[in-house]
Amino acid sequence: MSVVDVVGKQAKNVPLVEVRNLKQYFTVKSGLFKTQYLKAVDDVSFEIEKGETLGLVGESGCGKTTVGRSLLHLYEPTSGEVLFNGELVTKKNLPQMRRNMQMVFQDPYSSLDPRMTVEDIIGEPLDVHGLYSSKGERREKILQLMEYVGLNAEHARRYAHEFSGGQRQRIGIARALAVNPKFIVCDEPVSALDVSIQAQVVNMFEDLQEKLGVAYLFIAHDLLVVHHISKRIAVMYLGKIVEIADSDEINEHPLHPYTQSLISAVPIPDPDITRNRHRIVLEGDVPSPLNMPQGCPFRTRCRYACDKCAQSMPPLTERAPGHKVACHVM
Amino acid sequence: MDDKLNAEVKKTHLLSVNDLRTSFFTDSGEVHAVNGVSFNLDEGEILGIVGESGSGKSVTAYSIMQILADTGRVTGGSILYKGEDVTKWNEKRLCRFRGKCCSIIFQDPMTSLNPVFTIGNQLEEAIKLHTDKKGKDAKDRAVELLELVGINEPMRRIRQYPYELSGGMRQRVMIAMALACEPDILIADEPTTALDVTIQAQILELIQDLQKKLGMAVILVTHDLGVIAELCDNIIVMYGGRICERGTGSEIFYNPKHEYTKGLLRSIPNVNNMKERLVPIPGTPINILNLPKGCPFCARCEQCMKICLEQMPEEIWINENHKASCWMNIKDMLSSAGNNVGAGALGCEGGEV
Repeated sequence: MSVVDVVGKQAKNVPLVEVRNLKQYFTVKSGLFKTQYLKAVDDVSFEIEKGETLGLVGESGCGKTTVGRSLLHLYEPTSGEVLFNGELVTKKNLPQMRRNMQMVFQDPYSSLDPRMTVEDIIGEPLDVHGLYSSKGERREKILQLMEYVGLNAEHARRYAHEFSGGQRQRIGIARALAVNPKFIVCDEPVSALDVSIQAQVVNMFEDLQEKLGVAYLFIAHDLLVVHHISKRIAVMYLGKIVEIADSDEINEHPLHPYTQSLISAVPIPDPDITRNRHRIVLEGDVPSPLNMPQGCPFRTRCRYACDKCAQSMPPLTERAPGHKVACHVM
Repeated sequence: MDDKLNAEVKKTHLLSVNDLRTSFFTDSGEVHAVNGVSFNLDEGEILGIVGESGSGKSVTAYSIMQILADTGRVTGGSILYKGEDVTKWNEKRLCRFRGKCCSIIFQDPMTSLNPVFTIGNQLEEAIKLHTDKKGKDAKDRAVELLELVGINEPMRRIRQYPYELSGGMRQRVMIAMALACEPDILIADEPTTALDVTIQAQILELIQDLQKKLGMAVILVTHDLGVIAELCDNIIVMYGGRICERGTGSEIFYNPKHEYTKGLLRSIPNVNNMKERLVPIPGTPINILNLPKGCPFCARCEQCMKICLEQMPEEIWINENHKASCWMNIKDMLSSAGNNVGAGALGCEGGEV
């Protein structure tokens, strides 16, 4: 075996983004003797391949947004590593890394500066990274980006408030695409939009992926949309990934009790299916992340909880090819 | 004679909304939020009203309760509760109507409860206001109501403040409050939009159970087609302040006859083939400040004909459980009757707009 083969093989196996044991603790109360932490993300690991979409779902407060932000070092992670193309993301190389990894935010109303024109909003990343040699080139690039996301050239001189929610989200996406990234974290990008507009934006994400080969971490709470857009889905509960698998697999054969109830709780827009299926309704509410149960965080609401669940957190283990579950019982 | 007959027919409905028009008078002019909405609600029925933001679905609900903002006013039509017109009542009469006959739960349980009073205090207020229960009786009733909506340890909960409860619990308290006087009609305005999926399932189950137990009629206002499919006997689809289509659940989902409903169903993922590409409705939702002369959906409709721009289509019966107001149906009807001349006269010959 020649050296080239080995290198080639290695390059093939390296995922685009690799997250290893990511932890993000926030200090809630700091004192002389006791510091209280909120474990927003606790030991999360996953990989994303080139041009792939990984869906991340979970209820509010489960840490899915924090995963996205820590991954991009918008928060400095408490511990854990993020690798892009096999290279460790550190404070030092962060500016270059940001050229490869970008983010689209949930709220298209508050994530755009109201005092900047669309041209300046989309042009800002180009300015920061110095990606043009002349004013003409800058404008040309901006217009091309606007075309990508379906905005007209005449919109360039307008301000964000003149646009509807769906169009604002397009501006946000054009801004993320400006540096030609390979990976975009999409944090609930369609949750604030009306159903008919949601479909337009979802289709645009898919078209851009096909055209530019960009990978997404698609964070959302709408399971139908996530199932539609994602190749694989990771389910989070109280800061931990409890199940990760291919999106069809996880919808048809969910193994973790939490995933099972989550999927059975999704309202299906089809009266016949809805009336004939069995819904697993969970008892009670999500425990406070400040006061997490010992062992498996889900055991307080789990139908199958046993003694073992109270003692230790079950590790995420592979049950079928590509299907990982963290549960002692199933 | 006819009038007498009509009056009798109307009386059989618990609630009958006729040609309701509601406008808001703002600085930029009159906003026609609801333009001629009519529907009937019978005892024990669950009616779903679905539409996007700005379709007038919430304003319709608020008009029934007569709780519009200061700038809003019912400008036409009638809302008959057991045959009597709610819009003509004075505030005192309305006060007895709200709560006892008809009550409402809102979208956001975080902001609909008063943060400085305990749960018990707020529940007792509703009970004291609408019934003659006082003191300990009112408190007992509050505890009973909390039990009814599935809140554990109600004796402890009535001393707690809203911030001490989770979102799902707060929505349960809101429901308990709405049910305090056992109303005939419960209006639920996006009751689960602010909640997580598993909590949403709990609340939907609760509404379903309570409806069966208490036999009240429910109007469920939502944008979520899934929630509608799950709960409702009959569905109304609204766009631009008008009703596009109405019918039973299976008619609306499996046999949609209005282009907007069809578009709406195509723009959500297909449950039987999740990876199938979505077909969005082009354009943006209608600006109700600037309503077109004809069908409100014409600007986004791919089947739009000349007549759609000019004239609002009549609502016609598709079958006994299904009505739609779309020129396409009228055209189909005319051409199937062999009346091509008629179709031509209507300007239905198609053509680009």
